Amino acid sequence: MKKIVLSALAVMAFGTLAQAEPLKIGVAAEPYPPFTAPDANGNWVGWEVDFMIAICAEAKLECVITPTAWDGIIPALTSGQIDVIMSSMSITAEREKTIDFSDKYYATPISMIANKGAVGSPDVAGLTGKILGIQVSTSQEAYAQKYFADAVAETKTYQTQDEVNQDLAAGRIDAMLMDALPGADFLKSEAGMACCELVGSVADDVEILGNGTGFGLRKGDPLKDTLNAAIKAIRDNGTYDAITKQYFDFDIYGAVN
Amino acid sequence: MQSFLKPHRIVLIALALAAVAAAVVWGRWEWLGESKYQILILKGIWLSIWLTTVTMVVGMCLAIPIGLAQAVGPWYLALPARIYCTIIRGTPLLMQIWLLYYGLGSLFPGTWVQKSDLWPLLRQAWPYAVVALSLSVAGYEGEVMRGAFRGVPHGQLEAAKAMGMPRFTLFRRIWLPQALNRVLPTIGGETVLQLKSTPLVSTITIMEIYAVAGRIRQDTFIVYEPLFLLAIIYMAIAGLIVFMFRWLESRTPQRTA
Repeated sequence: MKKIVLSALAVMAFGTLAQAEPLKIGVAAEPYPPFTAPDANGNWVGWEVDFMIAICAEAKLECVITPTAWDGIIPALTSGQIDVIMSSMSITAEREKTIDFSDKYYATPISMIANKGAVGSPDVAGLTGKILGIQVSTSQEAYAQKYFADAVAETKTYQTQDEVNQDLAAGRIDAMLMDALPGADFLKSEAGMACCELVGSVADDVEILGNGTGFGLRKGDPLKDTLNAAIKAIRDNGTYDAITKQYFDFDIYGAVN
Repeated sequence: MQSFLKPHRIVLIALALAAVAAAVVWGRWEWLGESKYQILILKGIWLSIWLTTVTMVVGMCLAIPIGLAQAVGPWYLALPARIYCTIIRGTPLLMQIWLLYYGLGSLFPGTWVQKSDLWPLLRQAWPYAVVALSLSVAGYEGEVMRGAFRGVPHGQLEAAKAMGMPRFTLFRRIWLPQALNRVLPTIGGETVLQLKSTPLVSTITIMEIYAVAGRIRQDTFIVYEPLFLLAIIYMAIAGLIVFMFRWLESRTPQRTA
């Protein structure tokens, strides 16, 4: 009896070894609609999720979504808890010191959203003496540190975009910088319509914003070539545009390099 | 000195020194040289100490009447005090902080509060932190003080009454000092716990030392070194608190009844 159990265990062990581990796709646990957000049943939905399904089908990979706290998502990747970061992460030189990125799969500008009438223009003049709120460890934060650090009265940083939105709606901050797409969604929400308005997009800065959003990968991971090929393939065969049409009424890919 | 240097202590000290040496030699500490981080760290340490001190003092001032009401008050004072302590001690402090900060904040938009003279104060985060942390201290120490007031020997109070001492003088000169004296070691321990509760307010944009360490980690992608510094800072402040309470205890006479 013991022998049978042992051999069964051995088969199970080797069976799992033979089968490739599914690729763990790290998504920030905090909802980021319309890209990644859990629906009422707890399933992850959104543009990025559909995009991932298309990529994994194209590259014949088995992928599972692994929610990970945003502020620990890079350590989670480097320590092997996840294999790929897919969380609207902008490709930046600073991050590239620690991780690799695939080619970009979308690129959107940064919006400045403010309490109605609080800020005149999305630049230094408009923000002088104001309180600015940003989610920590984002390109928006890097942008604010570079351009607005001296102009603003105070910069407040938050762990999630939800908290920035709440404090803007509560009037504790005058303005926030956020990605244009979820920003548009916030402005359409009840709280957003009541309190706030779009001031405009901030001036472009290739150094901070110019590279768009890519998959984050461990340094030297050969997966990079596989994903790049898959991104190119679904861009060419129209799958990318088909997915985008379900969520946006404009092209989110940005300039074609 | 002879009594201090026991074999187990020597081993522990050697281990601690080895850990520090290893961290110094193999860790990445270049960020400690940057003046912007130095300023943030010093401000953060000050804010942590300030928050601990102020909230302990305010909380104790509330805890004394709460404890007294529970110990000897009429039912219409004892019952609310008991309910208050039960709620505060039965719910997570983080939840209390968030309910105060984001919960109250969500009620402000479009009300008279935003136009009142108090708004510049209510707009900031620290008043909510001070209130939440002080209420928490009041809840826990209210229970401690209840036991302390009950523990003062009855003979002391009756002797004072027999001498014709007015009620308030009796409370100020006999009852309160003896009650406080009994729980001084407990309050010392609770102050250390309070110090370690302050990191929770980093979630409402207050840049105390824990938030500063998080900021450095997110800026530099250095994971462990800032945490190591954080541990040393907290241990140093906790040690300071312990020594202060030892000194206080040594100053008060230990004879009771």
